[in-house]
Amino acid sequence: MPPDERAVVTGAPRVPGLLAASLVVARKDIVIELRSRSVILSAITFTLLALTIFFFAWDPTAVASIDLAPGVVWVIFVFVGLLALHRSFGVEQPTRAIDALVAAPIDREAIFLGKLLANLVFLLLVEVVALPAAAILYNVPVGAYALPLVGIAVLAAVGLVAVGTLFAAMSVNTRLAELLLPLLALPFFVPVILPAAQASARLMSGRPAAEVAGYIKLLAAFDVVFLVVCTLAYPYTLEE
Amino acid sequence: MKLSKLGILAVLAMIALYVRVIYFTPIEALQGAAQKIFYVHLPSAIMGFTAVGIAAVAGGLYLWLRDARLDRIAESAIEVGLVFLTVVLVSGPLWARPIWGTFWTWDARLTLTLFLWFILVGNVILRGAIDNPELRARYSAVLAILGAILVPFIHLSVYLFRTLHPKPILIKPSAPSMPPEMETTMAIAFCAFILLFAYLLHERYLLATERESALEHSERDDARVVQPMVAGHGA
Repeated sequence: MPPDERAVVTGAPRVPGLLAASLVVARKDIVIELRSRSVILSAITFTLLALTIFFFAWDPTAVASIDLAPGVVWVIFVFVGLLALHRSFGVEQPTRAIDALVAAPIDREAIFLGKLLANLVFLLLVEVVALPAAAILYNVPVGAYALPLVGIAVLAAVGLVAVGTLFAAMSVNTRLAELLLPLLALPFFVPVILPAAQASARLMSGRPAAEVAGYIKLLAAFDVVFLVVCTLAYPYTLEE
Repeated sequence: MKLSKLGILAVLAMIALYVRVIYFTPIEALQGAAQKIFYVHLPSAIMGFTAVGIAAVAGGLYLWLRDARLDRIAESAIEVGLVFLTVVLVSGPLWARPIWGTFWTWDARLTLTLFLWFILVGNVILRGAIDNPELRARYSAVLAILGAILVPFIHLSVYLFRTLHPKPILIKPSAPSMPPEMETTMAIAFCAFILLFAYLLHERYLLATERESALEHSERDDARVVQPMVAGHGA
C-alpha cells in the first residue's frame, strides 16, 4: 500500500518520506544522547586518554611523534566508533524499543539511515575534539592542509558508520552482543582506515595534495557502495 | 566412517597428486623443492575464493527465496572455504620463508586472503551466536554478501602498496610460463582439489541436513511432552 493511501485509510497524519523519517530517527537518538551525555563525554575522555597512552607506547627518540599521529588518530577513531555503534542499537534493547520503531509507519531503511546519521554526528563530534587535540599533543602543524584533512576525516567517518551501523544492528541480536561487533566490523574497516591513515600521513609530512587523490577516490567509492548496500541489507537484519 | 564414491575418488586423486608432485615433477631451477608447495597453494587458494563466492551467491539466493537448503549450502561453503584458506595461509609462508626471506609480507594478495579468512571466521562465530535458524541464515547471508563486495576494496586499498606476490603465470593473456610437466601436475592438482572440495562441501551439507532433522525431532519430542499443557488453548 503506498504511504498516502494508508494515511487516508487510517486517518493518520501523512507518513513522512524516507529522508524526513531518517531525520526524525536521528533526532530521537541525538536527543536521547544529549539528555544523558554519557557516551559523548566518555568517548571524548577515552580519546584523550588513548592519545596520551599511545604517546608513551613508542620510543620518542626512534619514532617522531609526527609519524605517529595519523596512525594513532585512526586507530582511536575505530575503537571510539565501535563504542558508539554498539550503543546506538544497545540503547533500544532493554525495553525492546526497536519493535516500536519497526512498527512505525516509516520505511525500514529510514530507521537504518537515522541511526547512521546519529552515529555520524557522534563520530564527527569526537573527530572535532580529537583532531585538534592530536595536533596539539603530538605537536603536528596542521594549518596548511587542514581542509583536505577534514575532508578525509568526513569521508572516513561515513564509511565507518555505514558498515558499523549495519553490524551493530546485527550483533545486538546475537548472544555475543558487543563482543561480536569488532569481529565483524574490523575487516570491513580496512579499506577505510588504510587510505585515511595513509592519506593523512602523507599530508602531514608535507606531500602535495595531488598525491593522495587515489586514496580519497577509494574512500569515496567505499562510502557510496557501502551506504547503498548496507541500507538495502538492513531490513534483512530485523527480527520478524 | 564410510567414504562416499566421491570421497574415495578425492582421496585417490590427492594421493596421485602427491606422488606426481614428489616423484614425477621436475624441480624448479631457482626455487628448488620449495616451489612444489605451489601445487597445493594455488588450487587451495582458488577453491577458498570459490567458496567465498558460493557462500555469497547462496546467501543472496536465500534472502530472495528463503529456502533452508540454500543456507545449508552457504554454511558448508563457509566452513569448507575456511579450511582451504587456512591451507593457503599456512602453505604460503612456508614457501615465502626460503624464497622471499620472510614468512609474511603485507602484499595485496596476502592481505586480501587474510581478511577473507577473518570474514569467514567471523561468519562461523556469528552463526554460533544465534539460536533462531531463520535469523542465523539471514545474518550469515548478509555478512557473506558484504564480504564478497569488500574483496575489490581491500585489494585496491592494499594494491596502493607495492605488491611482492608472484604474478599469475598460468592464467594470463600470453601462454603459461611453466614447462609442460609442471603444467600437467598443476592440472592434476586442480582436478584433485576440485574433487576434494566437492566431497567436503557435500559431506558438510549432509551434516547440516542431519543436524536440522535431529533438531526437528527433538523439538517434536519436546512439543509432545508439553502438549497437554497447551491443549486448552486449542493448540
